[in-house]
Amino acid sequence: MRVLILGIAGGIARKLATRLLAAGHEVLGLDARPWPGAPPGIEIHRMDVRKRAAEDIFRRRRPDAVVHMATVTAFSLKGGERERINLDGTKTVFDHCRDHGVKQVLFVGRHTFYGAAPDSLLYHTEDEPPRALDKVPELADLVAADLYAATALWRFPEMTTAVLRLCYTLGAPGTGTLVSFLRGRRVPMVLGYDPLFQVLQEEDVVTALQLALEKRIRGIFNVAGPPPMPLSVIIRETGRTPVPLPSTLLAWLLGRMGLPTLSQGALDHIKYPIVADTRQFREATGFQYAYDEGRLLRVFREAAPPPGR
Amino acid sequence: MALDDSLEARVERLELPFNEFGVDPYGISKKHLARAAPVLAFFYRHYFRVRCFGCEHVPPRGRGMLVGNHSGGYAVDGAMVLTSMFLEMDPPRLAQGMAEKFINRFPIASLWTSRTGQFTGLPEHARRLLEDDRLLMIFPEGYKGTAKLYSERYSLVDFGTGFMRLALQTRSPIIPFAFLGGGTAVPTIANLYKLGRLLGVPYIPVTPYVLPLPLPAPLEIHYGEPLTFTGTGNEDDEIIIGYVEQVKARIAELIEKGRVRRQERLFL
Repeated sequence: MRVLILGIAGGIARKLATRLLAAGHEVLGLDARPWPGAPPGIEIHRMDVRKRAAEDIFRRRRPDAVVHMATVTAFSLKGGERERINLDGTKTVFDHCRDHGVKQVLFVGRHTFYGAAPDSLLYHTEDEPPRALDKVPELADLVAADLYAATALWRFPEMTTAVLRLCYTLGAPGTGTLVSFLRGRRVPMVLGYDPLFQVLQEEDVVTALQLALEKRIRGIFNVAGPPPMPLSVIIRETGRTPVPLPSTLLAWLLGRMGLPTLSQGALDHIKYPIVADTRQFREATGFQYAYDEGRLLRVFREAAPPPGR
Repeated sequence: MALDDSLEARVERLELPFNEFGVDPYGISKKHLARAAPVLAFFYRHYFRVRCFGCEHVPPRGRGMLVGNHSGGYAVDGAMVLTSMFLEMDPPRLAQGMAEKFINRFPIASLWTSRTGQFTGLPEHARRLLEDDRLLMIFPEGYKGTAKLYSERYSLVDFGTGFMRLALQTRSPIIPFAFLGGGTAVPTIANLYKLGRLLGVPYIPVTPYVLPLPLPAPLEIHYGEPLTFTGTGNEDDEIIIGYVEQVKARIAELIEKGRVRRQERLFL
């Protein structure tokens, strides 16, 4: 099939493009960022999906499937521009898909959709609403994008839409929120808390996305791999040292000492677990992870040893 | 319990799916259990000198619900029930309580309850754990049960009905138990609700010696024969309440039997 990947210059998107090409699919991609050294078989258009030229790609190339990975987190972009990319971008993508005969869309969202709170469920199922948004405004636009993408399930019944809520990822070393969090030799934790984290190896993420495409799944699906692990285990097993700090001190440090500027509520994400139930995805696709928790942490540690070691 | 059966060995013999890091899919951690075990065992064996009866009624494997009365101003009862399952059962079992929501707001408490399998009392948690063949520990009186005063220590307050619907939905046997002596260990003469709210808990129990520290009173746990109810869990409230009353009556019987036994022991 002809697959258009939006946000193709991202770490996982590049891997997915390469894998799909090897599997015999025709792959093209859109991104405002460059992808130097991209494989020659992949057609890349450097542009913002919200610009008019992007629609021309849909019009001329008529992709069978679109993988929408062109969303950003609060760690990479602040405020209004982030909201425009996440929300306006998602709306534009679905409009183009509708107007240009796209048969299948994958929206790649995040499991942080569910929110972290003291009374968080262990193992959220897909029918859970998002929570604690009032405390973490940085999440609101991603949650809205997820919910908006899900409306395509009833607005465009002729299109096979899947909304995937993907857990944290690690690669070798990979990219993303957790990789950024583990970049130092010492990693902050909130004193007295040690939440469970779900982590999926990037190769397994790519496998999951490829399966979602090839099995043409429709609906909302949580995507994760091995059972969750306490954050302290992840920090130690990747060769880092956990540094438990009182909640108030950590809140004060946000935006200082190299820590990102985040709302106080964002700290809840390293206090309380966000764990998703993945039964539906496994049943729909037959997905099995290749990297268990031990192996994925070892791979990351070898690829990204703590600085100064 | 065999003398050579160390606490560490008992942790190792827990039939839970621990991974290479000693953590199960719910975050229950061998390391934390091994650290908690000596503390709990000291209180169980030496401080409260807990006597446990009827352990043979608890299934050695598979799903089950330990359902009993609250006794004492806070979670002394829960801690000793789960210790009894850990020390008296062969193989040892981990009873998983359904904790009050406020506990997770507190550092340290949040960590230790999670790592030892005591999760927030949400129906979804209970259902999932039962479907995973775990042993749940449920106090249907809720926090109103721990708020009983010394003079009410042998009484039962209203039971919630959620546990019964879950038992029916998951086809889980209910093992009723009576917990005795908690009211003597923490003899509550009043509960400070306003102060509790300020501190983020339902109430603060007050004892004759002011602080709610537990006295070394002997405690008893009496497990009764399993009760099995048939249904879908979707029955009318009336039917469910009828089933709940049966469980409550059985627990009241066990309490009364235990109370008479304790009095006889005092006069021997």
